[in-house]
Order: sequence, then structure tokens, then C-alpha cells
Amino acid sequence: MTRADLMGLLLNFIARLITGAQGHWKGCPPTAEQRIYFANHQSHLDWVLIWAALPKDLRSKTRPIAAKDYWTSTPFKHWITREVFNAVYVARQRTDDQDPLEPLVEALRQGDSLVIFPEGTRSNKGDPQVFKSGLYHLAEQFPDVQLVPAWIDNVQRVMPKGEVVPVPILCTVTFGAPIKLEPDEDKRLFLDRARSAVIGLRPRVN
Amino acid sequence: MGALRRLTPDEQVGLLFLILFGALLLVTLGASLYGLRERHDEGGDAWQRFIRDLRALWVGTVLFWLAWLSGPLGSTIFFGLFSFLALREFITLQHTRRSDHRTLILAFFIVLPLQFLIVGLRRFDLFTVFIPVYVFFAVPVVSALAGDPHRFLERNAKIQWGIVVCVYGLSHAPALLLLEFEDYEGRGAFLLFFLVVVTAIAQVVQELASRWLRRRPLARQISRSFSFRSWFVGAFVAAWFGAAMYWITPFKAGQALVVAFIAAACGTLGEFVMKALKRDAGVHQWGNRAGVTGAVGLLDRIAPLCFAAPVFFHSVRWYFQV
Repeated sequence: MTRADLMGLLLNFIARLITGAQGHWKGCPPTAEQRIYFANHQSHLDWVLIWAALPKDLRSKTRPIAAKDYWTSTPFKHWITREVFNAVYVARQRTDDQDPLEPLVEALRQGDSLVIFPEGTRSNKGDPQVFKSGLYHLAEQFPDVQLVPAWIDNVQRVMPKGEVVPVPILCTVTFGAPIKLEPDEDKRLFLDRARSAVIGLRPRVN
Repeated sequence: MGALRRLTPDEQVGLLFLILFGALLLVTLGASLYGLRERHDEGGDAWQRFIRDLRALWVGTVLFWLAWLSGPLGSTIFFGLFSFLALREFITLQHTRRSDHRTLILAFFIVLPLQFLIVGLRRFDLFTVFIPVYVFFAVPVVSALAGDPHRFLERNAKIQWGIVVCVYGLSHAPALLLLEFEDYEGRGAFLLFFLVVVTAIAQVVQELASRWLRRRPLARQISRSFSFRSWFVGAFVAAWFGAAMYWITPFKAGQALVVAFIAAACGTLGEFVMKALKRDAGVHQWGNRAGVTGAVGLLDRIAPLCFAAPVFFHSVRWYFQV
């Protein structure tokens, strides 16, 4: 067992101790098909939560997206995203000659699954923000990859923006039924449909 | 009896577990046979509750066995972990706000470990006042420093309440293990066992009694099964069980009857109180909010113990001056 495996076990244990990290597979079973999971984004913990909620054998094939400038800035950050999470690095600054989605396309070509947060940034006010178009372009290029919506619940209470110590509160990740890009579907319509698929998974509050 | 007395305390406790697991196994076997024989359509609810209580008994027994196996230090850590998980469940269902964050960190990562550390050190005087005095004072101070006056009293009350039930209440269980009676060294496990069994019996008997008696519920909005008579029958039967077990405790038979009644009555009332809280939060069982898919409702299982343990501990300590 390598150090990265141990670190993975430790992070998984902590995530479960703090949040329970329960995955509820409502719309599809957790199988090893190639998928793009897209979810609401409220906290830094979102990725770890989805990762811990996945069954163990899906974890190594499911990769997060990490901002290259931030997550390679120190050796430790670089090590943890590269070795433990097998992250796909993207550049935040857009250059004219390069498509920012290129690393994602590359990963999907290799057969890996991805987890993306199409809002682009963390939102902590109720409903998710309008989705960015990356999801649409990926769906267009890879029609065979399943697009699975997911709702991460309660996590903003565990670690609100600006806090560093998490508070133990039970969280759930609800995975919904896969959606498909219809032929000739408008980009905006598709993204709105994807967004409402995510919102539709939110557990009802009594 | 003479042969039993000649055994070492460890052997006695071991024998106790053997009998206990055997009895549980028999009841479970009987219940599963009964479940096969009949379709329970109309009595389904009560039957399911009975099965749940039986499961709680199993959990309680295994928990207690592990606590005994791991010694005083181990059992303190063990109950500390349970307290952590219970408080986590409790806080999940309360609508805390952003500004409660620091207060919750205080509750989970400072108050909880300290309380169990004090138990482990047998500082029973400090242990008794630490949460009611010092934490009671510290929580609103930390909250006020967060600078959010919105529903201030309500938010604080919820957190205080959670700490008292899940941390203070439950920490009395390992404290029982460490209580030192004269001529009773190494047998603290029996006392905890006595408490766990008595509260569990009261729970099961009350459930069955409410099924047979079909009395008018005392508070229909909170529980459809809780009636004064079923509560009394539960505590009464548990008290006699307690009296029958007096020989494993430092008590005389009469004393055992009384303390068992107190513990059992508190346990079932505590469960009743938790039911009210669950109704308020809009859930049937503790655990995850979308918890139909099999989240463990730990708080459900240990709520009676959280309420019974402090009352039991302090009445015993006060009466026997230990």
C-alpha cells in the first residue's frame, strides 16, 4: 500500500466521521460506466464528499477538476491532487490558442469519469447559479458518456465560506437519473434542464 | 450460588454475557419464527416497533460487551465516540446558522473530549459541574461573540440541550464503570449492565403493554402508544427484573428494586421526550434526513440511556455516599 492509498483511506475516514458521506443512488445504480457527474457547489468539501460517497472501486476511475495554478502551487497540494485524487488540471486564465476544456476531453478519451461543478464557483445562497457551458460542450463531444446529476446536501453547514474547521453534520449526496443531450437541443435550454435536474434532487425539508 | 461466588469478577462477568447472548438469541429466534407464521397487517406498526426494540437490545448488549472488554480507558473512549455520533445526529436536525459555527466547534471538539477525559480521570466532582456550570456559561459567550442576534436564545438553547443530552447524559454511563463501591472493585461493569438491561426491559415491556392495553394515549400528538399505564407497567416490570438481579449489584434487593424503578421510569420518559423532539423536527427516526435508505438512528437507540444514566448515577451516588 502506497502513501497515497493511506492518505486516501484517512481522508475517506475523516469525511465519513464528520459528514457520514451517504450516497443515495436514486436515479441510477453505482456502476463502472463512464460518467460525468455534475453537482451543486457550496463548499470546498464537495469533491471529497462525492468521492467518499462513491463505492471504493469507482473512486480511482472518477476524477475531479482542479485549478492548475492553485493546486500545483505547493508540493503537498500537488501531491494530494495528483496521487490521491488523480485530478485533471485546468488553467484558470484563458489563453486564445488553447481550449480550456482540452484536459477534460483528454481524460474522457482515456475512459475516465469526471466530476464537475458547472456553476464554476461556490454559491451559498439557496439555489445553484446558472450553469456554465462546459457541460454542454462535453455532452456534445461525448454522446455516449452518461450525464448524472447529483445534489450535495447540508455541506454548507459543515464548513461555511471562510471557516477552516469543519463541524460534524450529516450530509448526503443524491445521484439522479442520467440526462441526455437531445439532437439539435439549444445550449441554454440544455443547461437549464441540467440545472433543474440537479435542483430536483434536493431532499424536501419538512 | 456458592460456586458462583468463588469465581473471579472477570469470570462472573463472562458468564453473565454468555447467559445474556443466549437469552437474546432465543428471543430473536422465537420472534423470527412468529414473524414467519403470521401476516401482520393490522398490528404491523407495533410489531415493527417491537422488532426495533429487540434490535436496540442487541445493540445495547454488544455495546456493553465491547465496553467491558476494552477496560475503563477503552470504554470511556468508546462512549465518547458514541456521544460524538449522537450529537452529530442531533445537530443535523436542528437548524443551526452560519454564526453557530464556532459554538459547534466548541461543543464537538472541546467540550465533548474534555468531559470524557474528566470521567476517565475519575474527577467526579468536576465532572458533575463542568457542563452545567462552565459550558453553560461558555456557549452563549462564544455565540454572542459571533455577532448574530437573530433567534439568539433559541439557537443557544438547542446547542445547550444537545450537549446536555448527548454529552453530559451519556458520559454518566462510563462513569458508572468507574464508580468505586466498597467490596465492589472491578465490578462496575455490572452496574452499567444493570442500568442498560433495566432501561431496555422497560422499553420493550412498555411497548408490548401499550399494544395489549390499548389505553388512551396521554399525548396523541407526540406518541400514539405512550400511556400512563403502559409507562408504569414498563417501569414496574423492569424494577422487578432489577430486584431479581440485585446480587450482581452493590445493592440489597429492596434498594435494587427502587433504583431500577427510577432508572427504568427515567429511560422511558426520556424516550418520550425524544419523540416530542422528533415530531418537532418532522422525522420519525433520528439519523439522516433522507434516512429512509437505511441510515442508523443511533440517537433513537441510546436516548433512554442518555436520560436514565445521570439520574441513576446521581441518586446512587447520593444515597450510598460514594
